[in-house]
Amino acid sequence: MATKREVDEATQTETTGHEWDGIKELDTPMPRWWLWTFYATIVWGVIYTILFPAWPLVTGATPGLLGYSSRGTVAAEIDAAAARNAALDARLIEADLATVENDPELLRFATAGGAAVFRNNCAPCHGAGASGVVGHYPNLLDDDWLWGGTLADIQQTVSHGVRFEADADTRFSQMPAFGEMLAPEEIDALTAYVLSLSGQASDAPGDVQAGAQLFADNCSSCHGEDGTGGRDFGAPNLADGIWLYGGDAAAVHTSISDARFGIMPAFGDRLRPDEIAKVAVYVHTLGGGE
Amino acid sequence: MFLKLHKWSETNALALLVLSFVVVTIGGAVQIVPLFYLDNTIEEVEGMRPYSPLELAGRDVYVREGCYVCHSQMIRVMRDEVERYGHYSLAAESMYDHPFQWGSKRTGPDLARVGGRYSDDWHVAHMHNPRDIVPESIMPAYPWLARTPIGSERIAANMRAQRMTGVPYTDEMIENARADFRTQADPDNGDVDALLARYPKAQARNFDGQAGISELDAVIAYLQMLGTLVDFSTFEPDASR
Repeated sequence: MATKREVDEATQTETTGHEWDGIKELDTPMPRWWLWTFYATIVWGVIYTILFPAWPLVTGATPGLLGYSSRGTVAAEIDAAAARNAALDARLIEADLATVENDPELLRFATAGGAAVFRNNCAPCHGAGASGVVGHYPNLLDDDWLWGGTLADIQQTVSHGVRFEADADTRFSQMPAFGEMLAPEEIDALTAYVLSLSGQASDAPGDVQAGAQLFADNCSSCHGEDGTGGRDFGAPNLADGIWLYGGDAAAVHTSISDARFGIMPAFGDRLRPDEIAKVAVYVHTLGGGE
Repeated sequence: MFLKLHKWSETNALALLVLSFVVVTIGGAVQIVPLFYLDNTIEEVEGMRPYSPLELAGRDVYVREGCYVCHSQMIRVMRDEVERYGHYSLAAESMYDHPFQWGSKRTGPDLARVGGRYSDDWHVAHMHNPRDIVPESIMPAYPWLARTPIGSERIAANMRAQRMTGVPYTDEMIENARADFRTQADPDNGDVDALLARYPKAQARNFDGQAGISELDAVIAYLQMLGTLVDFSTFEPDASR
């Protein structure tokens, strides 16, 4: 193989000097723009390591001339966002929540912020659309409230939770498990009567008339004489056909005999006061707010 | 000048060898040298302790079921992460993890601070079938966890193995491993004070609400502890990090 370099006449470019069966290879140089870009990236790389934390030394890395720190950046971003919202946050915390809905700017601010708080903290149980989970967590879209649906009520529930023992101010009540106190046929009678309150046709085996008397004796002090519920005790309205734990005969029977004890955690320690106000306004605007 | 140097280095075998060696040495040093002082990259924080025996067993179930495939356990130092999940994760929070569960793939949410976020009942229902609680969830159901009993026969050996990798389990902890294991899931029949003395902030209760100790008890004990140990009221972030 010949290794004689020569200048090709047609292109005026040097060959590599290699020749195969009379075919020679041009030694076309790298385009200059490419080469200079390559050198520029090397220079940039060196400059970057001077400006930003980079070189490992004995006890740590060089800090870099710009003083960049990822933690400092996050803290600054969070402070900046808080500062931008500070005026509205302060107004929201000071305001009587009941008047917020008359203030379009504050209402828009509170519902937007509340939606974000809701999705992060409330949606895992109450659902992304706040429709709840039958048998577990209440629907927040309807106007049926266990503990009250005014802004102040919602704020209280979010702050202190329901039957959440770690919070001294939590909403608390405990329905007795009537399976331990009444005879099986009495539970059947109560089931039939409770179903009749919401006008449901049922094939529950109990005696409705006997159930009415049992209801007056055992249930009416919390659920009300007409079964429309009592919010002081979080006692649900039994006459409206809305059922947290299911409204068929079997579910109602279980509720009476075993009782339910739904727990909601308190968010007073997890969320800031402005976040609680925002989420209260948001929930209030979902449809059922009073 | 650059071009001549470039050409010279590529046509002179010895120069190419020497210069390549210099480049590889620098690249290697940048990656290797920090390992010599790895300890000082872990900030000292208050509250971190080795996993209790039940939590350790729950962690093994977590790893066995491949939870890390979809869930990370590291809150990145970014505003959106901190606003959603809470304080960014610290190196110290995974210093007793062998292997760590940081992950970089999030099909589900980050779990580094899931402890205390949901009730035990929520976890029980959610593990049985996530769609019962979160209709849009694509997480698989793990119904066998609740019906699979978990024993403590191997927990002491597991803790000794962890100790070999540097987790500071004491002889006392290993001696009492089986008792602590049972006490945490059944506090009425055990010495909770001793458990708490060995493992501060350990939560002791019947996590899955049914008799006996199931794999679900262990997993929920582990999940409810995640991210709750460090006392952030005493934490001073080092601004240079």
